[in-house]
Amino acid sequence: MKLDSKIPEGPLSEKWTNYKAAQKLVNPANKRKLNIIVVGTGLAGASAAASLGALGFNVDIFCIQDSPRRAHSIAAQGGINAAKNYQNDGDSVERLFRDTIKGGDYRAREANVYRLAEVSGSIIDQCVAQGVPFARDYGGLLDNRSFGGAQVSRTFYARGQTGQQLLIGAYSALSREIERGSVKLHERCEMMDLVVVEGRARGIIVRNLVTGDLERYAAHAVVMATGGYGNIYYLSTNAMNSNGSAAWICHRHGAAFANPCYVQIHPTCIPVHGDYQSKLTLMSESLRNDGRIWVPKKKEDAEAIRAKKLKPTDIPEEDRDYYLERRYPAFGNLVPRDVASRAAKERCDAGYGVGTGLAVFLDFSDAIKRLGIDVVKARYGNLFQMYQKITDSNPYETPMMIYPAIHYSMGGLWVDYELQTTIPGLFAAGEANFSDHGANRLGASALMQGLADGYFVLPYTMQNYLSDQIYVGKISDQTPEFAAAEEAVRQRLARLLDVKKNAAEKHSVDYFHKALGRVMWEYCGMARNIESLTKAEELVSDLENKFWQEVNIPGSDNEFNPDLEKGYRLEDYFELAHLIIADARHREESCGGHFRTEHQTDDGETLRDDENFMYVAAWEYQGHGKPEVMEKEPLNYEHIKIVKRNYK
Amino acid sequence: MKFTLHIWRQENARAKGHFETYHVDNISDECSFLEMLDILNEQLVNDNIAHPVCFDNDCREGICGMCGLYINGRPHGNDDGVTTCQLHMRKFNDGDDIWIEPWRAKPFPVIRDLVVDRTAFDKIIQAGGYISTTTGGVPDANAILIPKHKADQAMDAAECIGCGACVAACKNASAMLFVSAKVSHLALLPQGQVEAADRVKKMVCRMDELGFGGCTNTYACEAECPKQIKRQNISRLNRQWLGAAFGRDRKK
Repeated sequence: MKLDSKIPEGPLSEKWTNYKAAQKLVNPANKRKLNIIVVGTGLAGASAAASLGALGFNVDIFCIQDSPRRAHSIAAQGGINAAKNYQNDGDSVERLFRDTIKGGDYRAREANVYRLAEVSGSIIDQCVAQGVPFARDYGGLLDNRSFGGAQVSRTFYARGQTGQQLLIGAYSALSREIERGSVKLHERCEMMDLVVVEGRARGIIVRNLVTGDLERYAAHAVVMATGGYGNIYYLSTNAMNSNGSAAWICHRHGAAFANPCYVQIHPTCIPVHGDYQSKLTLMSESLRNDGRIWVPKKKEDAEAIRAKKLKPTDIPEEDRDYYLERRYPAFGNLVPRDVASRAAKERCDAGYGVGTGLAVFLDFSDAIKRLGIDVVKARYGNLFQMYQKITDSNPYETPMMIYPAIHYSMGGLWVDYELQTTIPGLFAAGEANFSDHGANRLGASALMQGLADGYFVLPYTMQNYLSDQIYVGKISDQTPEFAAAEEAVRQRLARLLDVKKNAAEKHSVDYFHKALGRVMWEYCGMARNIESLTKAEELVSDLENKFWQEVNIPGSDNEFNPDLEKGYRLEDYFELAHLIIADARHREESCGGHFRTEHQTDDGETLRDDENFMYVAAWEYQGHGKPEVMEKEPLNYEHIKIVKRNYK
Repeated sequence: MKFTLHIWRQENARAKGHFETYHVDNISDECSFLEMLDILNEQLVNDNIAHPVCFDNDCREGICGMCGLYINGRPHGNDDGVTTCQLHMRKFNDGDDIWIEPWRAKPFPVIRDLVVDRTAFDKIIQAGGYISTTTGGVPDANAILIPKHKADQAMDAAECIGCGACVAACKNASAMLFVSAKVSHLALLPQGQVEAADRVKKMVCRMDELGFGGCTNTYACEAECPKQIKRQNISRLNRQWLGAAFGRDRKK
């Protein structure tokens, strides 16, 4: 495997312009002759399919839900970043670029991040033109708020439902193309295999989730926009059906997987309360604009709160430890997510946690005093309501309780500047790729990246690949490669369903998923070290063996069968778990979301090792159970000066 | 807490459905309704009693619109302003009988058990629930000012999550609240006004073609909408439609 990042020549700020000026295009008459498959209908997938369809390509788009509008982009609450500088507070493309690189702890590729910042403004223009009802001020202009890791207000928002509104924007653009006939929608269909012909991605095998039928689709290029793999931890803010399988299938076929150990842990989630729990709910980062995070200064107070003998409002101001403001005076409650998460864990581990012991307070009493309850209600009303419905406690009166939870995966399919994976003709966009966030993503940047990739990057870069595909003609799905892929899927499903026949003891898929999640969270979560990772490796292997002896998947493969879906997704998660652990093991440094306890400063901050680890770790699959081989893509920072990440 | 569950079981679209009774015990009041069903399914699988009960769900935080159960005669159950996934067992009494059914409406055929096919909603949106822009070539986001109250009203309408509770609640299986929310969201914004007349006609026409019933203004939809979309949107749709069909907006 050879990694060629294809970064264009020239100064950083001119690379994208130069690329677009020199790239190859496909003429309108020929676009009609080319087919593209897009897997996933989130922000990246829907925007890519709509844009490619509008250009004239024939697009087939697939989603596992009943409608494209359900994709998990919809759950993003707080906002989307863009370097518009509408607030005149010193923002610029350059600053957004720098913030993103620094937020990612200097582990992202300069050229990609700069392009992201460059197109960010156009995204907002596009969304407004589609009718996305962003928040406005009384003059009718767009309003902004701040997010972690930035000292400017560059986040655009639509109440606490920015993801939903942006997705509806992309979904409506997609719906228009479906009506025009340029895009064909396949809902409740799951990608089961990638078909590679003569080294190029040429199609996919999908399973119709209603009937269980396997179907073949052929195309000149395939786009993966299938999101991240955070759900491997079982309890996460991801949706129940979010999964890493489509990306992992590509990895099995030779697409390199980059930086799998970089997962993001979001600091403000509703804490875990029971072992029957199925998911964790995020409370938007935007709450940290006005909410203050604290725990009691005295251990006895914390104990009394845990025992419900004291209420948080009983603790006087001087006995509260606003630990983020104390440790990071410059950024205060708006430090990046990884920093805020570790700080919460540090306090709870030291015995100052509240609730079950694994929670801290997020307090709005100051904001209510300062702004009045109506302003707070207007800003965060629906988040407060959501919190109250879940926890049965009123955040206007008593502080929220929050704790970090798995939220996002920065790692993903390795892509070059064109967002092409190591398999020619296979592209990856949005959270499914690794490219823009380094070792930690800043808040409100996921929506930005998903839409940047879909609206403004892929429609250009894919043409560079497709320009010579006009000579290939229509791709047939009646070739031995398609037949073999379909047969392999059939066997795979049969094998999973057969386990129960000989099982002495039987357990559901969820039982194993929960167990895997606990291992990953405990030993490969917020803090990792060589012992915990060794232990994780062992436990994952044991669990995987047990899975293949005891998993009880009811029903058959030719019916609507959600347990079977969970089963094959979990099968992939076991392999992915091994890779996450291997990657975390090899990266003998701490950076962003990857915190190795062996590598920290005296005051508990991450300690990078730029000399030895300033690279992207791209892993190549070697077969089931075999250690993967790592290739390094060195990160050359030509433009930015590398410094220690400091939010103090 | 313990509950007796009466759940609609139906193997596929063609099969005949029926209620089946199950018991669950030791349920925490912190448990969500769907987590309670997870616990039931775990029992059904472990004890080989029956195929797990199928129900749609995804984000489990009330925003994706995927979940939707008819619980004791109410879409999304006996709490206001929530989806099924946000309903918690503390809203029930220990020992309650709970009747669980799928959405029942002709345009939403049952796929299996509690899962229904809501692609009809997508088809209505495809008929015109958008502003016709292609990527690029649009003005700066601040070029057109929008009064705050207009933007807020548009946002109120745009909060619809497309779950289908309005259709399930309606005795006529009308989709008026859903369609009117989309029509309003776009018609309230200057960007959406260009195509407003055309849009409302196309969407209403598609809604009728797909077999949704007519609106008789009983507003069960508004009462059961988890996002509390207002019935005023229906009035707005009617005004828009009249204008488009007979008024000065009609096509020459």
